[in-house]
Amino acid sequence: MMAAAGGLAAAPPPAAGVAAIDLRGVSKHYPAAAGTSVHALGPIDLHIPTGSFVAVVGPSGCGKSTLLRLVAGLEMPDGGTMMRYGTPLDAPSHEVGIVFQEHVLFPWNTVLENVLLPADVLALPRAAARERALRLLEMTGLAAFANHRPQMLSGGMRQRAALCRALLADPRLLLLDEPFGALDALTREELSLELSGLWQDLGRTAFLITHDIEEAILLSDRVLVMSPRPGRIRADIAIDLPRPRNADTPRLPRFQALKQEIRDIIFDRRA
Amino acid sequence: MSASPSSRLAGRATIPVVYLVLLVAWELSVRVFAVPAWILPAPTEIGRTAVQWAPELGFNSLVTLRETLVGFLLAIALSLPLAVLIALNATARRLLYPILLGLQSVPKVAVAPLIILWLGLSEWPKIVIVVLVCFFPILVNLIAGLEAAPRTMLDLMRSLGASQHMIFRRLRIPVALPHFFTGCKVAVTFAVIGSVIGEFVAAQEGLGYLILISTSQSQTPLAFAAIALLTLLSIALFHGIEWIERRVVDWTP
Repeated sequence: MMAAAGGLAAAPPPAAGVAAIDLRGVSKHYPAAAGTSVHALGPIDLHIPTGSFVAVVGPSGCGKSTLLRLVAGLEMPDGGTMMRYGTPLDAPSHEVGIVFQEHVLFPWNTVLENVLLPADVLALPRAAARERALRLLEMTGLAAFANHRPQMLSGGMRQRAALCRALLADPRLLLLDEPFGALDALTREELSLELSGLWQDLGRTAFLITHDIEEAILLSDRVLVMSPRPGRIRADIAIDLPRPRNADTPRLPRFQALKQEIRDIIFDRRA
Repeated sequence: MSASPSSRLAGRATIPVVYLVLLVAWELSVRVFAVPAWILPAPTEIGRTAVQWAPELGFNSLVTLRETLVGFLLAIALSLPLAVLIALNATARRLLYPILLGLQSVPKVAVAPLIILWLGLSEWPKIVIVVLVCFFPILVNLIAGLEAAPRTMLDLMRSLGASQHMIFRRLRIPVALPHFFTGCKVAVTFAVIGSVIGEFVAAQEGLGYLILISTSQSQTPLAFAAIALLTLLSIALFHGIEWIERRVVDWTP
């Protein structure tokens, strides 16, 4: 199952027409007090074409994190079907890399050891994994900090290290759960643009969960707007902005128009 | 942090100065009120006796230290597999926890004579009492530590498809280490008390035995010297574990 060269080579080209993720009629309830349950999500349809960058925006509590946990295989739905690259999605996969909201780096390991964690878990060839880890750290400007503990790093640097870890096993699909939510606005924008460039270079599929509309527009090909309780997809908006995107992209009139459109959808629903 | 060297020195000197003042106050009140030495000896009297009895005190300290350390290390050796079993297996937890809690709830001083009855007059009954007194804090803290891995970190490991063994090695053990050392620090002071309980009940050596003998002969200064040594022993063991902890758990600020 593990790709050739221990998964460090580029992922094999996907069969034409097969979506990275295909969810149909998926819903999720959580048990609550005295035999009742909370309807957290759905029923929801989600289609992530291979090679695209799809974002979900919505207010907190709209079930978007639940959606990501389902796509990651960390939780199972109560109803509906979930497919990942044409096969049933019923467990986490090494083909999927996740960047969590909190960096989730182990404080007892160095930055390099943290980035190498997937290689240890998946028993990838050590030397090749190390080489790739160092290359990723170089790309994200962390090469000088490889042997530091994560607590020595700034918030932005920690999240970069978490991104390196998510990319180490060369996943076909990258899941981003409010990856920059805990950072200040300046660092957030800087990292968003970095991620945009990285994603384009690597040519991977990405699924982003965020409450930041600008971040969603800046990065994505499509933005899905979610409504709260139970979480449903209220709108599916194509982001027709040119790539590569840069610090000037948010100044484009089209960017502002898209932002306004998405805001209107979110606030209409709430009113 | 930004304190000047002189104020840092003053900070370090505070505690010794406080102890010195207390000792001087003790010395003065014993002299002023002419308290008999068999009730409360002056610190200088205790010091003089300690020097006089140095070989006996040294020998008996070593006996107590040996019992304490052997019992403490056995308690760790016993707690490790039990904690792993209880933390990872719900059935083991249901079966073992009540037994261990029951064992912990039995007053150790009350069963000490029985243990000596069963195991005779060697060092072993004292070591067994030490184990009984100090294994529980190690066990409870270790179990709590093994279960303390944050959900986000467990999610990360699960998302990578990590095996239970891998999760244990890379995540649960490092998370448990600070808890383990907390348990050890509590336990090691209990361990010293355990040795003394054992020596009180039946012994021909050890600092507890020395206290018993010297008080029965109104040799109060010697008893005080032995108590002082027990206290120092306990403090030294505590700091010894803290020293090891700082070297092992080097990621916490």
